Amino acid sequence: MNDLRDLYQEVILDHNKRPRNFRILPQPTHHADGVNPLCGDRISVFLDIEDGIIRDIAFQGAGCAISSASASLMTEALKGKPVAEVEHLFEAFHNVVTTDCECPRGLGKLGVLAGVRDYPSRVKCATLAWHAVRAALERHAEPVATE
Amino acid sequence: MSASPTLAIAPTASAGLDLARIRAEFPILRQRVHGKPLVYLDNAASAQRPKAVIDAISECYSTYYANIHRGVHLLSERSTAAYEGAREKVRAFLNAASVQEIIFTRNTTESINLVASSFGGSTVKTGDEIVITGMEHHSNIVPWQLLCERTGARLKVAPFTDAGELILDEYERLLDSGRVKLAAFVHLSNALGTLNPVQRMIELAHARGIPTLVDGAQSIPHVAVDVRALDCEFYAFSSHKIYGPSGVGVLYGKQALLEAMPPYQGGGDMIRLVTFEKTEYADLPNKFEAGTPNIAGVIGLGAALDWVNAIGLDAVAAHEHELLDYATAQLQEIPGLKIMGTARDKAALAAFTIQGIHPHDIGTILDREGVAIRAGHHCAQPVMQRYGVPATARASFAVYNTRDEVDALVKALWKVKELFE
Ligand SMILES: Cc1ncc(COP(=O)(O)O)c(C=O)c1O
Repeated sequence: MNDLRDLYQEVILDHNKRPRNFRILPQPTHHADGVNPLCGDRISVFLDIEDGIIRDIAFQGAGCAISSASASLMTEALKGKPVAEVEHLFEAFHNVVTTDCECPRGLGKLGVLAGVRDYPSRVKCATLAWHAVRAALERHAEPVATE
Repeated sequence: MSASPTLAIAPTASAGLDLARIRAEFPILRQRVHGKPLVYLDNAASAQRPKAVIDAISECYSTYYANIHRGVHLLSERSTAAYEGAREKVRAFLNAASVQEIIFTRNTTESINLVASSFGGSTVKTGDEIVITGMEHHSNIVPWQLLCERTGARLKVAPFTDAGELILDEYERLLDSGRVKLAAFVHLSNALGTLNPVQRMIELAHARGIPTLVDGAQSIPHVAVDVRALDCEFYAFSSHKIYGPSGVGVLYGKQALLEAMPPYQGGGDMIRLVTFEKTEYADLPNKFEAGTPNIAGVIGLGAALDWVNAIGLDAVAAHEHELLDYATAQLQEIPGLKIMGTARDKAALAAFTIQGIHPHDIGTILDREGVAIRAGHHCAQPVMQRYGVPATARASFAVYNTRDEVDALVKALWKVKELFE
């Protein structure tokens, strides 16, 4: 049960229950869907970008606690950030959930997902929303898959 | 086949099984995962193998393996005899009329694709229809969709009730169009546990001159199948679901149909004579077994069928049915848990959701408690769409499972609840 608490930390359970920025942006400048083919989970992300800054970001969809919480935490982390920082943050986040690296301080709350590294089958859940955002920024018309 | 073999048996009949002895025959079950005894309840995805099967494969490779049907030397003769011996075991298991009606493939999926491609490709034309049910596995949907795309035929889907029971009237209505070239349906649904009334479904199709294919991937380890009593044209199953090795499947087909069908793949072993102008195909079953097959795997399947026969499928079914009843009663005690698939005729598995907790999270937490289940869409996304859920959790039973293991499952589910409170 204790090691399960490392994965399902309070912050994650909280964001799962009450996801932040869980809504549709009516007129987003960028939008994409992400699909996890393993479980069929589907997530939509919406961004409002102005002068290279993410003014607003939101998501919709049904997913497991890990993918919902990760999406919710991601929207908090990205709101107000320059678009140019998304790739850096994603790389740092990806490292945290797949390797034994120290969690860089810049990641803030996203670090609570580090427990995922011990559950390789769940990494895709944690990165689904990020893949969708990256696809939206590249303006993919087709939904992206995590593999 | 009797009308409803699983349910015809009183649950207490399983008292005859010596579970400790049976479990001891499965080396893989003797392990701990994450420090807990392994509770393997993912049998609908793939069962485990008894030592008899592992030994048969190992013996083949250690003592007599060679390619079949082509050597004059002793090893090739022995391998051929063992391989063809396994075909006879499959014939007997299904009560087919002849070994020529037993085709070895890679799995159920390939067996169905063979029929879609060869039978479908040669008989289905624009405007024709194929009837399936709403509870099919993707492997009994997509091959027909591909066929329809190629030929301009249409796929018709017979619906099922909220309980997960096929609506027989609707199925019959679809057969009435006069354009149906084949009815293909699952015997035991992997997503719901529903046992379909296949005998009746075949009769209804035959009354209209329509041939039938039964997807027996799930039913084969749980239900005694007699293809002559069923009278279906095709029956498909996979070795790995009935305690045999993966990589081997079976297609039963009525001889007259198989003879009329063109080959599925071309190559070695399926020919009688090749010149560059023309090729004469081999007789059944070789016509449909191009190239070197999974020789040791087929021999392993033969050993698995021997093993199941020694216990008796009726005793297996009775034991599993008792486990299912026991599990169902306990699962229903868990607040927010909903069982998907409550058909009167049901076997071997319980699929469920828990309010507010995604099946993936259930699966991960159960795994840490040593309990292996499947979480996902079970390759039956239309069934998930029917109930408006993205996925379910599924516990599925095999002959070696025990009541204690059901208790472990239920206890772990209470932990899931606790963690997510
Ligand atoms: C009902 C059903 N049909 C077909 C299949 C496909 O079997 P295989 O993957 O062995 O081809 C499965 C496997 O899960 C199944 O449950």
